[in-house]
Amino acid sequence: MNSFKFSRKVLGIPYAVFLLVFVAAPLAVLLYFAFTNGQGQFTAENLTGFFTDPNTLGTLFYSFGIAVVTTAVCLLLAYPAAYILASGRWKAKSVLIMLFIIPMWINFSLRITALKEILTWLEGNLAYHPFLNTVIGMTYDFLPFMILPIYTAISRLDGALLEAARDLGAGEAQAFLKVTLPLSVPGIISGVSMVFLPAMTNYVVLDMLYNSTYIMGSLIGSYFAAYNWHGGSMIALILLAIICLFTLFTSGMEEENVRGGTLL
Amino acid sequence: MTEKKRKIAAILACCMTVSLLPAFSMRAEASGNGEEDKGREVTLRVSNWEEYIDLGGWDEEETIELDSGDVIGERSMIEDFKEWYYETYGIRVKVEYSTFGTNEDLYNMLTLGDTFDLVCPSEYMIMKLMTEDRLLPLSEEFFHTSDKNNYYINGVSPYIQSVFENSEIDGKKWSDYAAGYMWGITGIVYNPEMVSGEEASSWKILSDPAFHRQITIKDNVRDSYFAAVGAIKSDLLTSEEFLNSPDYLQNLEREMNDTAPEIISKVQEYLQDVKDNCYSFESDSGKADMITGKVAANYQWSGDAVYTMDQADEDDFTLAFAVPEESTNIYFDGWVMLKNGIGEDAAKQHAAEAFINFNSRADNVIRNMYYIGYTSVISGGDDSRIFEYADWCYGAEDGEEAVTDYDLGYFFSDGEEDGKYIISAPADQAYRQLFAQYPTEEVISRSSIMACFDEEQTKAINQMWINVRCYNIHDMPGWVRVFAIAAVCVAAGIGIWRKKHSFYR
Repeated sequence: MNSFKFSRKVLGIPYAVFLLVFVAAPLAVLLYFAFTNGQGQFTAENLTGFFTDPNTLGTLFYSFGIAVVTTAVCLLLAYPAAYILASGRWKAKSVLIMLFIIPMWINFSLRITALKEILTWLEGNLAYHPFLNTVIGMTYDFLPFMILPIYTAISRLDGALLEAARDLGAGEAQAFLKVTLPLSVPGIISGVSMVFLPAMTNYVVLDMLYNSTYIMGSLIGSYFAAYNWHGGSMIALILLAIICLFTLFTSGMEEENVRGGTLL
Repeated sequence: MTEKKRKIAAILACCMTVSLLPAFSMRAEASGNGEEDKGREVTLRVSNWEEYIDLGGWDEEETIELDSGDVIGERSMIEDFKEWYYETYGIRVKVEYSTFGTNEDLYNMLTLGDTFDLVCPSEYMIMKLMTEDRLLPLSEEFFHTSDKNNYYINGVSPYIQSVFENSEIDGKKWSDYAAGYMWGITGIVYNPEMVSGEEASSWKILSDPAFHRQITIKDNVRDSYFAAVGAIKSDLLTSEEFLNSPDYLQNLEREMNDTAPEIISKVQEYLQDVKDNCYSFESDSGKADMITGKVAANYQWSGDAVYTMDQADEDDFTLAFAVPEESTNIYFDGWVMLKNGIGEDAAKQHAAEAFINFNSRADNVIRNMYYIGYTSVISGGDDSRIFEYADWCYGAEDGEEAVTDYDLGYFFSDGEEDGKYIISAPADQAYRQLFAQYPTEEVISRSSIMACFDEEQTKAINQMWINVRCYNIHDMPGWVRVFAIAAVCVAAGIGIWRKKHSFYR
């Protein structure tokens, strides 16, 4: 009986199994397919092919464009909203927060369908502005993901810091620029990474809002439909690499800011 | 715990116990039968298109009242099959039913390790599977017309059977491997207030600037390719000389399946024009957008066209269906048995073939057709119920004024009693649901089957499709390039600057 000890290690086993089955194994399969050809031989052709094909590169840029614009619009809309919510001058604050969160409880495709009708009503024929509609759709979809982290970052901000800034003669604008904004950067970063990456691949929004140009997600789908798992896996891998780079870059910035915050 | 809370808890506990009871009793029942028929249960793994079989649960008022009896789908076809199979053959069958979204999805599933016994792909995928030697031929018994349970061979439309017998790949006949399920053609659903029937009767409508941003097209490489070839070769295909040539059908099939490199590049150019002209390529929204009036026309499969027109009728909104003059793509979805699923298992094969037969029984055919809107390959043979159903759907009411005689002899009859299969239908049905559900013989005479392209052709066509759909980096305007490079430089600059000037380091 004593041979079995219910230690911490045992508790970790389910997680290890989960990681192995749902993270490590698929990654291995992805890697295998990305670097082999139809005959199962090793090849880097898929990689070089991606960076020499004007279509795949164009798609990468197009997705990037959508993601950059969507993220910028989300940020511009979300920051003031989060700031006003967090600054706490509203009595009905919790109601307002709920208003931003409730859409997240409604099924995504239902929301986009509703948006489609509203846009049709406003614009008439949606097919004339595919890029604009895509950005609107993505913004609508991802806005809460931008607001919430920024809201959290600002509302956690120590009010004493602002008081100190005011004591030392900073105006309202200066206090915001020197204290609030820098300290909310971690919130901005996590918001950006939650919006930017899905915006590059969420082709359902494009599909539903009549944008017939492929983005990264639909391109992978088209490769798979053409039985080209190798090319498709390579695109998925490249997306993964982009995500890794992005995370490294932002986490570096975040760390610096956190350090800055504590020192302040 | 207060008294009230305790009461609630007690009630909840009762509810939970009660809800468990049926599960226990079912288990008991199952184990009881298991002893009885030990080893006599067959498992059948079936994969079919989504929403492609009657799942039952009809309302009472949905009952189809034919002269020869009522038809209603109370339970799902699969449940009914299990019961019928046990009653008829005394063997319990367990059906593991799953669905797929596209032929390509199915192929990927099969290739990446899923095993099925019976699947229902389209004709080109059936041919692909045949060339790859993955299919098990139908047994000889399946074709015995003397067995009354062989509903398929006794009921299949003579027209469909002749197509299946005369179509070959690698010297193998379709009919040896595949039993048809549903069939249809491709065409254009249009809003008669915005588009004339004549305009909708050519594939060229897709690139017609008169309908700029008003037409949706199936987001599917094969369908788009077919339409584009039809549009490019429109003049040839509709010329008197071509239409009257003695080998018209062979020529048509050859022209419509042309994959010469210059044709592929012409198709690409054409589809690029279409992309700039159409409302969008759609994978699911076409039907709804037609019904809500967002678009004027929609390139559609006939079964979905029927559904679209039916739905629009409910909103008192009239839509119509046209088939392009050049040619239409006639397609068949059929049941095939997989070698790696069934193998040598005779019991399994018997169950699989019985599944096909059960779905070919006239009342079940009607249920499936009513439920999914497509047209079955079964005409019923001696059983007249399917023709009765067509008449029930589309026949004119007594006293209706504009009536037309719509001849379905080519489909229902083997040539002897042609006059028997004429529906006297409201005149507008000649270009509406009836026309989509059962196209005229004239339309069939200029239809062509789309070939199963070989690997190289498929690759070239898929590349063409990607070229059409992707944003080509060479099209990027100069200012975007400058802007992108500038943005990258600024981002890198900020990064470096922050590293060097970090205040807190």
